[in-house]
Amino acid sequence: MSDARLAVQFAGALVTLQDSGRVGHLRYGVAASGPMDRVAFAAANAALGNPSGTTAVEISLGGVILECKSGAVTVAVAGGEFSVEHAGSKTSSWTVLTLAQGERLSVRVGRSGSWAYLAFAGDIVANKWLGHTATHSTSGFGGGAVVTDQELVVEQAEVRAEREGQIEQPGFLSHNGRMRVVMGPQDNWFRAEAITAFKNNRYCLTDSYDRMGVRLQGEHLPLDSALSIPSEPIVRGSVQVSGEGVPTILLADHQTTGGYPKIATVISADTNVLVQLRSRDEIEFEAITPLAAIDIVRKFSQDLSDYLAKVSVPRGNLQQRLMQENLISGVVNSIDGC
Amino acid sequence: MEPRFTPVADFALLVTFSDEINDEVHAVIVAFDQAIAQCSSLDNPLGIIEVVPALVNVMVTFDPVVTDHAQLETALRKLLNNTVQHNAKTHKRTVQVCYDESFAFDMDAVAKACNLTHEAVINTHLAGNYKVLMYGFVPGYAYMGGVDKSIQVPRKTAAVRDIPAGSVIIAGGQCLITTLKMPTGWSIIGRSPTQVLLDDPDRPFLFDVGDEVTFERIDLKTYEELSGSKPNE
Repeated sequence: MSDARLAVQFAGALVTLQDSGRVGHLRYGVAASGPMDRVAFAAANAALGNPSGTTAVEISLGGVILECKSGAVTVAVAGGEFSVEHAGSKTSSWTVLTLAQGERLSVRVGRSGSWAYLAFAGDIVANKWLGHTATHSTSGFGGGAVVTDQELVVEQAEVRAEREGQIEQPGFLSHNGRMRVVMGPQDNWFRAEAITAFKNNRYCLTDSYDRMGVRLQGEHLPLDSALSIPSEPIVRGSVQVSGEGVPTILLADHQTTGGYPKIATVISADTNVLVQLRSRDEIEFEAITPLAAIDIVRKFSQDLSDYLAKVSVPRGNLQQRLMQENLISGVVNSIDGC
Repeated sequence: MEPRFTPVADFALLVTFSDEINDEVHAVIVAFDQAIAQCSSLDNPLGIIEVVPALVNVMVTFDPVVTDHAQLETALRKLLNNTVQHNAKTHKRTVQVCYDESFAFDMDAVAKACNLTHEAVINTHLAGNYKVLMYGFVPGYAYMGGVDKSIQVPRKTAAVRDIPAGSVIIAGGQCLITTLKMPTGWSIIGRSPTQVLLDDPDRPFLFDVGDEVTFERIDLKTYEELSGSKPNE
């Protein structure tokens, strides 16, 4: 076991190091940060057999190109349908492969998806802030942005050949463009027609989209009064509406308080789907009761842990797979021989 | 004071005490916040994850596998009935501020708007008793109430970019010390060498919500000694 050193030949904007997030300091103005798509992040680590929450590179539409300068390390790429090129062969996200010395890996914008996770069989060296490497993009605190010409060092890098191959994609997420929300907490600040418009119209994501949030385009949502409300706490998924009636969904690096009213809040399961959309993609909101939201998140949580358990089982290396086949054909042969 | 409980998504509950900011409401918020902390530090049967005290309400996030909005509301109502009378424990903090004109980009505008001299604005700012009402926006932004009416100015119509960390800024009845280089629409009246982000894992932030704050004037030379940096650096 030794270190693997990876040269970053190219990194687009908004490529950052992320662990599972810095939960617990919201009261001090600190959003949890962590992965935009928590499911894909968890899948990348599970597929390598890593402890959950191991630091990974969150790759934006800008993409990355790495070259392994020394050592070798098995890596997983999960999230969206990014285009992955490794040592001359092309594949897509949801794959585990081994990066050997002298080999290049590029992960770039593909058919769909906005964020992919590159996890490593080892420990990537990263700054911590308040115990976590999760990067808070506004301040740069935490592991920080991955930038062109920097070097990434993976300590205790391992080759885990038995884990190479495709990662099964999560089948339990709903991909129909419907974002389930619980209305409020400040929906009473809106006119009745704004509530109707919010529930009955489709909204487009705009390119004002980063780790803090995504601005939407669509029917304006007029406020009932021009009064400003006292600044109130915000969570990931808050749908905040500005004075002009334009909704923005706040995400991983959201501001922690704000004086614009929040018409609704997207449930936690659906933000993982939302973040993988791109500008001009359409969504619609489906209002559900708080009780229904609890049922959904409990099922989601069970589905996620079942899925991760499945993905974390090693497939066995080529030799092991061949041996298994020989064993089977050996049995078949011996039956034939009887 | 009858609180309003509002479910937020599948993992939070917003407890609102009033639609307007006032001292009495905030005292209840601080006491409630401390009561929750005490209760959830024992054996957190409610699955509480975070508590965010703000100006008129408290956001409580929870683990939805352990509890739900209704269960948490029942528990918090009980807690509120039992503890609302107790006096919150808060600290007094002192923050140094240098009002040198090289830092106080908006002193002129504030003085003009309030029809006061620079010194009068400074003395009024120094005379105030401030209280940390909430943290918000980005890490370490502690919103303090207590700016005297005579030096209250509205927020600018547009934010100004790249205001240095450590700036002492005011808008309406509130004051704060910035911790990051960020845009702001508030008026900049000075610079503080006092660190709000402490880089100490056991006590990462200087203030607790509810703390009382007084400002102490320092000159440019003292500022430079304390901060090790020069103006406009």
